[in-house]
Amino acid sequence: MYSRPKTLDAAVHVLAQGGGQILSGGTDFFPALGDRPAPDRVIDISGITEIKGIAVEADHIRIGGLTTWSQLVTTLLPRCFDGLKSAAREIGGIQIQNRGTVAGNLCNASPAADSVPPLLTLDAEVELVSAVGTRRVSLADFIVGNRKTVRRPDEILANVIVPRTFDDAASAFLKLGARRYLVISIVMVAAVVKTDNAGRVTDARIAVGSCSAVARRLTLLERALVGVPARNGLGTTTLTEHLAQLSPIDDVRATATYRNDAALTLVGRVLEACAGSC
Amino acid sequence: MVATTHPLSGSQTSIAFSVNGKSVSAAVSPVERLSKVLRDRLGLTGTKVGCDAGDCGACTVLLDGEPICSCLVAAGQIEGHEITTVEGLATRAPIYDQLQKSFLRHGAAQCGACTPGMLVSATALLERCVAPTEDAVMDAIGGVLCRCTGYRKIITAIQDACSGKIAEPSPLAGNAVGSRLVRLDGQSKVDGAEIFGADEIPAGALVVRAIRSPYQRARFRFGDLDAFVAAHPGIRRVLTAKDVPGENRYGVIPRFADQPVFAEVEARFRGEAVAAVVGEAEAIDALDYASFPVAWQDLPALTTIAAALAPDAERIHPKRENNVLVRGRVVHGDVEKALAEADVVVEDEYESGFIEHAYIEPEAGFARRVNDRIEIQACTQAPYMDRADIAQILGIPPEAVRIIPTAVGGGFGSKLDLSVQPFVALAAWLLRQPVRMVYSRSESIVSTTKRHPSHIRVRVGASRDGKLTAMDFTADFNTGAYSSWGPTVAARVPVHASGPYYVPHYRALTRAVHTHLVPAGAFRGFGVPQTAIAQEQLYDDLADRLGIDRLEFRIMNALDDQTPTVTGQVLGEGVGIRACFEALRPRWRAARAEAAAFNAKASGPVRHGVGVAGMWYGCGNTSLPNPSTIRVGLKANGRIALHQGAVDIGQGSNTIVTQICADALGAPIDRFDLISGDTSITPDCGKTSASRQTFVTGKAAYMAGIELRRAILRLADACECAVIGFADGTVTVRKDGKQRTMSLRDLPLDKNGYVLTGEATFDPPTNPLDENGQGTPYAVFGFGAHLAEVAVDTELGTVRVLKITAAHDVGRAINPTLIEGQIEGGAAQGLGMALMEEFFPGKGENLHDYLIPSAGDMPPVESILIEVPSSIGPFGAKGIGEQAVIPTAPAILNAIHDAIGVRIRRVPATPDRIRAALVAPASRRPDGRAGCPPDSLPDADATIRPEEKHA
Repeated sequence: MYSRPKTLDAAVHVLAQGGGQILSGGTDFFPALGDRPAPDRVIDISGITEIKGIAVEADHIRIGGLTTWSQLVTTLLPRCFDGLKSAAREIGGIQIQNRGTVAGNLCNASPAADSVPPLLTLDAEVELVSAVGTRRVSLADFIVGNRKTVRRPDEILANVIVPRTFDDAASAFLKLGARRYLVISIVMVAAVVKTDNAGRVTDARIAVGSCSAVARRLTLLERALVGVPARNGLGTTTLTEHLAQLSPIDDVRATATYRNDAALTLVGRVLEACAGSC
Repeated sequence: MVATTHPLSGSQTSIAFSVNGKSVSAAVSPVERLSKVLRDRLGLTGTKVGCDAGDCGACTVLLDGEPICSCLVAAGQIEGHEITTVEGLATRAPIYDQLQKSFLRHGAAQCGACTPGMLVSATALLERCVAPTEDAVMDAIGGVLCRCTGYRKIITAIQDACSGKIAEPSPLAGNAVGSRLVRLDGQSKVDGAEIFGADEIPAGALVVRAIRSPYQRARFRFGDLDAFVAAHPGIRRVLTAKDVPGENRYGVIPRFADQPVFAEVEARFRGEAVAAVVGEAEAIDALDYASFPVAWQDLPALTTIAAALAPDAERIHPKRENNVLVRGRVVHGDVEKALAEADVVVEDEYESGFIEHAYIEPEAGFARRVNDRIEIQACTQAPYMDRADIAQILGIPPEAVRIIPTAVGGGFGSKLDLSVQPFVALAAWLLRQPVRMVYSRSESIVSTTKRHPSHIRVRVGASRDGKLTAMDFTADFNTGAYSSWGPTVAARVPVHASGPYYVPHYRALTRAVHTHLVPAGAFRGFGVPQTAIAQEQLYDDLADRLGIDRLEFRIMNALDDQTPTVTGQVLGEGVGIRACFEALRPRWRAARAEAAAFNAKASGPVRHGVGVAGMWYGCGNTSLPNPSTIRVGLKANGRIALHQGAVDIGQGSNTIVTQICADALGAPIDRFDLISGDTSITPDCGKTSASRQTFVTGKAAYMAGIELRRAILRLADACECAVIGFADGTVTVRKDGKQRTMSLRDLPLDKNGYVLTGEATFDPPTNPLDENGQGTPYAVFGFGAHLAEVAVDTELGTVRVLKITAAHDVGRAINPTLIEGQIEGGAAQGLGMALMEEFFPGKGENLHDYLIPSAGDMPPVESILIEVPSSIGPFGAKGIGEQAVIPTAPAILNAIHDAIGVRIRRVPATPDRIRAALVAPASRRPDGRAGCPPDSLPDADATIRPEEKHA
């Protein structure tokens, strides 16, 4: 059965009536399919316009789950989203950015999902909608393992909610891969740095992807940064022990040792980039 | 309407959308990929499928004007939307018209498989901006992979599209050689009309799919195959080894043929076929292959050279002792004595892994039975070799097999071996119905040949004055489960391991070793690129120890016309290596100075470096016959039919061979009609490999052109020096103001159907090598040298190649644009080999884990064409295809060493390996520079310090 509901309400009701594989941008659905036949029940949510696009509200910014990366890049957003936009520009190539969606990247929950570190630094929450109701879960709690989330099969990730608590904070994202385009990251880091009038860090959020089953915030480092002057040299605050929450693995792209080493360098650089724009 | 709902399994629905400006309605499954809808339902085969995963971008089309991968869009999602494919870009005039012409003018399309995706992506960009920056172009095409061009000509073509420039007019008669003629098969590559392996579906064609071993080594037992067929409507037959009527055995070198169409008892590598299912397309698509009745027993596998060579290792093939397929040997002089007497000796070990060809077109084709003949239309580099093997598999005479080669969407050596051909041939033969097969990307990666992994040990000695005295070289190549081109690699490498230098005392021993891994075969250079990585890095170490400039050291030792090669051959002419190195000297000096200045000022983590490497490569088979036959006919209508059997896999043989023949005959290019390499109508031009087509087939074309010219002159009773003019239905022969016009329509036709035919065969003069590998393995060598400039981030271990300067002695540049295309594409593959490419069987069998360079990874390439002619080649020409890839990787590795002082002996030099080498104290030499492990250093007495040398 293939169904292409036009509203979120209709979609969650189809899901409630027997579940199915959700399809939207197709950038993960089809590669996972390979040359096998399609699953028996496919719920194509790509026609639901109400969860496409970005709304800037008074106290939060709502990113519709079906917003594509190209749409996100061209939307005028506060500077704390610069890191997320950089990440969006690094997802696959333009073809993928034109189709891939924010919700898809989060629900696919790859350890190398490019949007997860920047959204973690934005303290994003996800809004999960089902026929029985709506719940909000922080992104940090939403992804629980390699390709594992707390989304129930009857739920749709309808929106990503970012609180407007650090609109003017500097933000940056760095992705390290073995080639320029169409590359799965070896390590990626995102940071948001907020400063006071004296130019000291009041709030810093740093997240690292591809170095653990789920991208991690570096809370030890975040605490250590508070009060530090946000200028050249901010990156040198980073110490090896700040990366204790990471647990990288060896794979075809790099060794675990290298990932730790490169993460340390990139965290330093992403902080320098933020300091440079504070 | 709240929702559209369709039952899925087996059902179709009508989807209405617009494609290329026309409204269409297609009955499809709503979850079918758009790419499949376009190709299979609407016949718009200009859209190519390279991976079905969004990893290659070949299938890019515009969806409401925006580029997307059509393999990632469901048919149900395009209802009411507008799709533009490459065939419809013409509706987006005038930009597209200019873009097409620019692609042709710049040689931006080689094989043409990525070209539709590139054109579609570029059109979307140019519609927004007619003068894009290089970065904007890279962003626009970054999602489309190309394996042939190295991207630079594509980038230039896009930037130059709207400049208003036009191509040079077609050269006049006699002036084709040396001109930048637009490739003759170019138009169909830029308008989507070209027919590749998967692009034609005969009416009523069934589909065959192989069942492949999921284990490196496994015994297997089938369940009830008849019950399986009976339980699946639309499935017509299961094929296994028992169904092969002839020999269940094939191989590119008949003496070593060992690969079964279907494994019989045991699968010897992951991806080996054990059976195949034939059925109607829908039934095959719907099949769950997990339900195929086969039980596997996973067996312990030999997966490394060391394990396979262990004294107690099981034999993979009963008759091949120690799992050694074949050995190679070249010995000249007394290497031990010379090394003992050398003033300086350096030694090291080098390793490389499997490398995937990653052409954008996966293998595809179809077969049909015509009475007692079988016809196979497929992508191939070797039509006549396919013919011989298929005849043996089916147990029929070769004349009963017709091979129709399609356009080839990249080959690089792997399409020399059979892929889909035995499956489609066998199925069509037995079922008497056309049968097609298209490999998926993962199937292509797991089952087709790879570049040989290598383990190389080298010692090199030199005298105090900088002259090479001796080389002791041993190399083991992992040839995988079957022979393929293992014997060729083992034979070619010892002839080439010296590099293009005079080495008076030499010993090179090689082995091709079987393992339970995917067969390694031919890949651009037959082992020589791996060898050059060892030899050229070690020569740098030697030059450093001698305190001699690395480029000057190479020039001092470069072969010349009179110095013997390591096989004792004195070439006598056409040795252009010294000229190549000398051509690099200005850039070498400038780049070294620039890098030194950068590094002196550098406060950040980036260091610059410059590296150089040389190359030589024999054109054609090693001491074995490899003739080409060209037939050229004068037709009654005054046109010239050229039977051009040298398969054009993107490198340009259709164009080059015609240019040569045209000038030999004295006819303008636009008089020629090209006849393809169809084995039923065109004589054998051998395989497209070994950099032999320009040289060998080109020479045959030259000779055939001369022969036809003589025949025309004889007919006109004119002398050799007369000029022939070709016109519709006539030829005119002019000499000393007199002319004679002959009407061709009145003349009788020969057995080929032509008024006159020129036909000639050329086989390069070589002789067999003796037991020490001495003799004349090749009639002609190509020479070259690359200079790489790199920036290394010492904190991350990442490398950016800033520029490549490539000097190649091509003898005579028949078509400079096409030669540059080979050089740039070769450099891109060399860059991939140096920095990112390695295939691990069982892991990453796709194009997002197996990385090839993307548009953003390729630096500008400056090609310097050196013409030191070899009189035996056509107009003095030599090969360039493989020559182009060989020096890039060692030049980059030498540049990395120059930048940061570490030697990377295990390619690819991935960021983690570079970083590990930088931080590991063990990799540092006593003098503080990283490099050879201390135990490989010769006695201190033998080490000449730079200051002593230049004191």
